[in-house]
Amino acid sequence: MEIVNLFGWEIKEKIERGEISEKEVFDAFYERASSSSLNTFITLAEWREEKKEGKLRGIPFGIKDNILVKGMKNTCGSRILHDFIAPYDATCIERLKKEGGVILGKTNMDEFAMGSSNEYSAFGPVKNPFDPERVPGGSSGGSAAAVANLEVPIALGSDTGGSVRQPAAFCGVFGLKPTYGRISRYGLVAFASSLDQIGIIARTVKDIALTLEVIAGYDPMDSTSSPEGVPPYSKIIEEPCGYKTLGVPEELISGCDEEILNAFQRTLEILQRLGHKIVRITLPHAKYYLPTYEIIAMAEASSNLARYDGVRYGLRVEGESAEEIIEKTRMRGFGPEVKRRIMVGTYVLSKGYREEYYGKAQRVRTIIKEELEEALREVDFIITPTAPFLPFKLGERKEDPIKMYLSDVFTVFANLAGLPAISIPGGRINGLPWGFQVTGRAWDEENLLTFAYHLEREGGWSLRQ
Amino acid sequence: MEFEAVIGMELHVQLKTETKLFCSCRVEFGAPPNKNVCPVCLGMPGVLPVLNKKAVEHALRVAIALNCRINRESLFARKNYFYPDLPKGYQITQYTTPIGWNGWIDVNGKKIRIKRVHLEEESAKTVLEGDYAYIDFNRAGIPLVEIVTEPDLTSPGDAVQFVKTLQTLLRYLGVSDADMEKGQLRCEPNVSVRRRGEEKLGIRREIKNLNSIRSLERGIRYEIDQQIKILSSGGEVERATLLWDEKEEVTRPMRMKEEEEDYRYFPEPDLPPLLLTEDFIEEVKKTMPELPHERKERLIKEGLREYDADILTRDLERGRYYDEVVSLTSDPPETAKWVITELKEKFPPARELAWIINAVKEGKITRNAGKEILKEIIEKGKPAEEIVKEKGMTQVSDEEEIRKLVEQAFEMHPEEKERLFSGERKLVGFFIGEVMKLSGRRANPGVVKRMIEEMLG
Repeated sequence: MEIVNLFGWEIKEKIERGEISEKEVFDAFYERASSSSLNTFITLAEWREEKKEGKLRGIPFGIKDNILVKGMKNTCGSRILHDFIAPYDATCIERLKKEGGVILGKTNMDEFAMGSSNEYSAFGPVKNPFDPERVPGGSSGGSAAAVANLEVPIALGSDTGGSVRQPAAFCGVFGLKPTYGRISRYGLVAFASSLDQIGIIARTVKDIALTLEVIAGYDPMDSTSSPEGVPPYSKIIEEPCGYKTLGVPEELISGCDEEILNAFQRTLEILQRLGHKIVRITLPHAKYYLPTYEIIAMAEASSNLARYDGVRYGLRVEGESAEEIIEKTRMRGFGPEVKRRIMVGTYVLSKGYREEYYGKAQRVRTIIKEELEEALREVDFIITPTAPFLPFKLGERKEDPIKMYLSDVFTVFANLAGLPAISIPGGRINGLPWGFQVTGRAWDEENLLTFAYHLEREGGWSLRQ
Repeated sequence: MEFEAVIGMELHVQLKTETKLFCSCRVEFGAPPNKNVCPVCLGMPGVLPVLNKKAVEHALRVAIALNCRINRESLFARKNYFYPDLPKGYQITQYTTPIGWNGWIDVNGKKIRIKRVHLEEESAKTVLEGDYAYIDFNRAGIPLVEIVTEPDLTSPGDAVQFVKTLQTLLRYLGVSDADMEKGQLRCEPNVSVRRRGEEKLGIRREIKNLNSIRSLERGIRYEIDQQIKILSSGGEVERATLLWDEKEEVTRPMRMKEEEEDYRYFPEPDLPPLLLTEDFIEEVKKTMPELPHERKERLIKEGLREYDADILTRDLERGRYYDEVVSLTSDPPETAKWVITELKEKFPPARELAWIINAVKEGKITRNAGKEILKEIIEKGKPAEEIVKEKGMTQVSDEEEIRKLVEQAFEMHPEEKERLFSGERKLVGFFIGEVMKLSGRRANPGVVKRMIEEMLG
């Protein structure tokens, strides 16, 4: 088997047995990534000879370009940070490196993680490996496409409303968004702080489990990270899974494209055949998920992106006064989607509107959280398709933000409630990948990953090529 | 027509912590520009704030000392606005739930209500030089406590007394040096004027850039006069933020406030709610230092005059020194006299001054010798006892020795002796003086007097 076909954990084992070297591995993936026509990477790293033993020894990682790797460019897919060199390592990067992980490069993304198609990158769109005329999803489109195209075995992304799971589904790979607070956000460039969580994309659940056990856990640099213990996921998932009860929220998925819905029904049948129980659940506030998410995400974004003012780093457009420098820099530095969200976010926080929009959204968020926790007391998991439609064509939704935002309709609730969720590749429809999403209880990545791992092995969803 | 002024005050106090509010950069006055900076206080992408516990403790101490109600759970909020010296484009502050609220402070018998006490981060400092503005981020992220009063002050003098009282309090608490000239304490009074007897408050204007007590007084006075002028001539005061021009001694409008700026406050998602446990609050209460009014009361109880007690309360350094000396002399009035009248800027070691006070009391040295010794200790840093020995300043109280000196004096002035012995008692004083001269001023005058009287029979 070629090196690029290996899973991450296999690479590590082969290196440990002396069958291949770290350099050979790096070169193989570098070769594939640098000759890719999908525009997956913004920056590729150079090989650095430093052998380090550890759980991730020699495994190359693709890192979304909003997670800081010291000394490497960190653009966030934006012109405003086009030349910004990260002055420190994000906590998750520090932990990856400590366990022998190797950084292959920084992956392309929608500008500041705002988008569902990767068309909003200042460095050009990423293309879907299954059809270069179609989008790979977003905003971690570079990460998902790179993993699917065997340019890297594992990639990190960030997920604010589905930005890891939706591109994973569009590219036919696994994508996990852990519980909010599970992975330190220190060094992840903030989009919406109360929703952002670093996620992991790979071609096997085992690689996700292995990566998670390395990068998860409390970080004194992130006051919202949790002291919750981190179990050895990569071992636990091998244990028997047992039969689970899965809840299907019908009112949430009713607006789904028919081809997806049909595939989803077939999936539920397979699950039942495997012995799992499928039940219908009601989520009365489902129609408020998307608007609640949008208001909160954009409000926080408008504030988080205020620091890009041309004063200290990044792009600066000169002007006669400080005010003019700030205005011109932001005018030229940000793309249209980022500007749109800053505008909406600023609006929903303004005097006279704050209560009506932001205040109300916060209250609804509490209700949503309770409603989902309630549902998860009755079922082990909530199951939905990951996205309501198949990968669409480049340009198809770019000019219509409302249509674009619909991509997140099944994914945002996990962020609003801080729950862990994984997108599992469901196979192909007309040659295009689709995925389904399994959401678990907070801090219960253990059961979620075990379930996904057993489906991968027994349900016929393995990506071994 | 008679007018009265209504003044409220907003104060910012830099807290004396080792490190900044949300990162581990040092807090240091006078460091070279941009020395104490890191990705967090520079607002680099991806950074997150981590709250400094010491700053919380300091803020809580202030809130308790200002008799505030304490919020057991308080939230941090973002105050959003663009300014080059604001690295993140927002300031982390407290909005809906300050640490302390609804308190008061006694200023010379008048209760000034405190609306709120909250914790927030300092901005960077802009330095203008030629055509350029330079930014020093050493200051960015230093912890600040903001104190807001109700409009309970009515004159510039009131405001000055309030600020001085607060300054003393902050120094007592050890939370800030509260030096206005160094920007550690910044006062922004808001001033309005109304016709006496009227209920409704006038339009208020805020004055910034008052960098000393003197400016504070003059700035408020100027603004009151301005508003009275406007109102008396039938005009209307417009809402504004004013800048005090220290050279010209006038205020100039910084911006007219047609409407208030919209800071788009919302809860800071990067920080969990700040929970103050009962244990933590109790711990802070238990370790509260003696407060100014408590100290003054104690000193008076210990036997000091109110005037002395007041001085030793306002001047904390002198007061603490007094405490040390008095613990070695057990004579409060006498110790206060020495500490207040005989010492300027430099204080000798407490045990040295205590030695002098005790020696004078025991008659070992004279009061004048004591003062002389004190001067030498301060100048030369030698211990008191050594100076006394060197200069032979020990007082002579030995009766035999003094009897000899008295006899010597009688021999030197036979005529006066005759008159004394024949009943001219006022000459006792003359002979005391003579004996003192003969002893090189070391004789104990009390003993001399007694010896002469004894010899007279």
